[in-house]
Amino acid sequence: MAADKDAPCVMVTGAAGVLAQATITRLARSHKVVAVDFRRAVEIGEDITSYRVDFLKRGMEDIFRNHDIQGVIHLGRIGTDIMGRFFRYNANVIGTQKLFDLCVKYGVRNVVVLSSFFVYGANAYNPALLDEDTPLKASEITRNLIDSVELENLANIYLYKHPELNMTILRPCNIAGPGVRNNIGQLLSRKFAPVLWGFNPVMQFIHLEDMADAVVLAYEKNIPGVFNVAPEDWVAFREVLKRCGIHGVPMISIPTAVPMFLSRALGWKAFPSHLVKYFKYPVIMDGSRFAKAFGFKPRRSLEEIFTHYREFKKGL
Amino acid sequence: MLKQTLKKWLITPEVEEIFNRIPKDVGSYGYDPWGYNLEASKVGLALFKLLYDHYFRVTATGLSNIPKTGRVLVIANHSGQLPMDGALIGVAMATNPEGPRAPRAMIERFFPTVPFVGNWLNEMGSVIGDPVNCERMLEREEAVIVFPEGVRGSGKLFKDRYQLKRFGHGFMHIAMDLHTPIVTVGVVGCEETMPALANIKPLARLLGLPYVPVTVPVPLPAKVYLNFGEPMEFSGVRSEGEVTHNVEIVKDAIRALIQKGMNQRKGVFTDGRR
Repeated sequence: MAADKDAPCVMVTGAAGVLAQATITRLARSHKVVAVDFRRAVEIGEDITSYRVDFLKRGMEDIFRNHDIQGVIHLGRIGTDIMGRFFRYNANVIGTQKLFDLCVKYGVRNVVVLSSFFVYGANAYNPALLDEDTPLKASEITRNLIDSVELENLANIYLYKHPELNMTILRPCNIAGPGVRNNIGQLLSRKFAPVLWGFNPVMQFIHLEDMADAVVLAYEKNIPGVFNVAPEDWVAFREVLKRCGIHGVPMISIPTAVPMFLSRALGWKAFPSHLVKYFKYPVIMDGSRFAKAFGFKPRRSLEEIFTHYREFKKGL
Repeated sequence: MLKQTLKKWLITPEVEEIFNRIPKDVGSYGYDPWGYNLEASKVGLALFKLLYDHYFRVTATGLSNIPKTGRVLVIANHSGQLPMDGALIGVAMATNPEGPRAPRAMIERFFPTVPFVGNWLNEMGSVIGDPVNCERMLEREEAVIVFPEGVRGSGKLFKDRYQLKRFGHGFMHIAMDLHTPIVTVGVVGCEETMPALANIKPLARLLGLPYVPVTVPVPLPAKVYLNFGEPMEFSGVRSEGEVTHNVEIVKDAIRALIQKGMNQRKGVFTDGRR
């Protein structure tokens, strides 16, 4: 059902991604949605206005001029496997700053930003159940994650400098499920996956549809702050592979430079060198702050996520 | 196939029964946030129970002092180069007929970087000794084992046996802040399992290990005595001096329990019977 003419207008970035599309589908019932993406103008539905736009170009401001945008859900991100790190830095950090500046200029009063659990960094000494006040150490691991941390820091600056934006920053755990093309989504879709010899970190997963629910909830409740989004369930990497019907291929694990070199040399997009440590050490978040503040509880189990990947392989 | 047969042989109905009685929350695949795994714990307990019963022939007293449910800090003297004392206290807690608990031992920070070992210790319930881990576990009403001497205790030389090294104060701050009872343990026997004559410090530095002892290649079958003391309660932190004073109370309690174990002991490797 389409929203009426007077419905509030919300911009969703990263519209070509499945998370954005699941979010748009939910919002379109009560909002006029403006979908933007740097990759392509997506066709989601007749009532959804869609643009292909580069945040760094002036055309971006025209969208704000032409639509009375009241809220922005910033899900668009150049993935860690796309282009070089300088390109990613410009798009993800400088581009986001342009977007936030436009939000300030055009009086947007509700901004939701998607971050990632990557920002905490996969460190051997990480305690479990990291809360939102834990320092972000991802840049210690590799320069390839600097843009993720910088984007978070930038969002945090705007959160406090421009309280009128009512910014909500979400740090989800691994998002997986049908159509998800992030690194873990690609890895779980395969029949074989590398396993670091002697390491089996515990991990957290959230179903794409649950994450879309969380994004919409964050937007509708409009409570500013930083929130981890992670279910109260945990599973070790090898168990994940088993449940998804993937054969683990052991590879040399120490020193870490060896699997990182191999990943680079073989050009593995699903297991990129800068994420190797996330398959060695756990990054377990405490999602209770978000669960309490927003009354959120994921509805889909880990088994449901893994069944999708198991069934998906049968069709190959 | 071999793995399954071995597992079936190790996990006896007795072990299954113990785990049915242990109050422990895990996720849908049997894991907790620290990597504890129900199935791996069963195998670990079964293996260590063999060592506990037949190799170290452990005598444990005062097990009724461990609360059946709710948060508790189990504080003990550390010795024996390998963390065998932690494993034996863990078996005593998990098989406690008064009310079994899943033991969560705080371990050295270098373990997670060691392939297989770090992971295996996590699956058994051990976690790196970060105060944040300890606090979060107690908030989830777990039973946490802490050796406040750390490597100063486990790496001590044979000539220093049964002398308590400096205690870290972190455990006392946590106990006082989180209103957690402390159950002390005096461990006797582990000092003799791996008597160390010297520590090769340059080699330890080179390998990034806390110590490299000159000792026997495998732990010796010394008979081990574990004496659990009565729960001690301490109220909220008011000053650092008060914390230091409370740590001394705990150390005195452990010294008394060690003495009790020494008095029980008739021989280092035998139980004194002919």
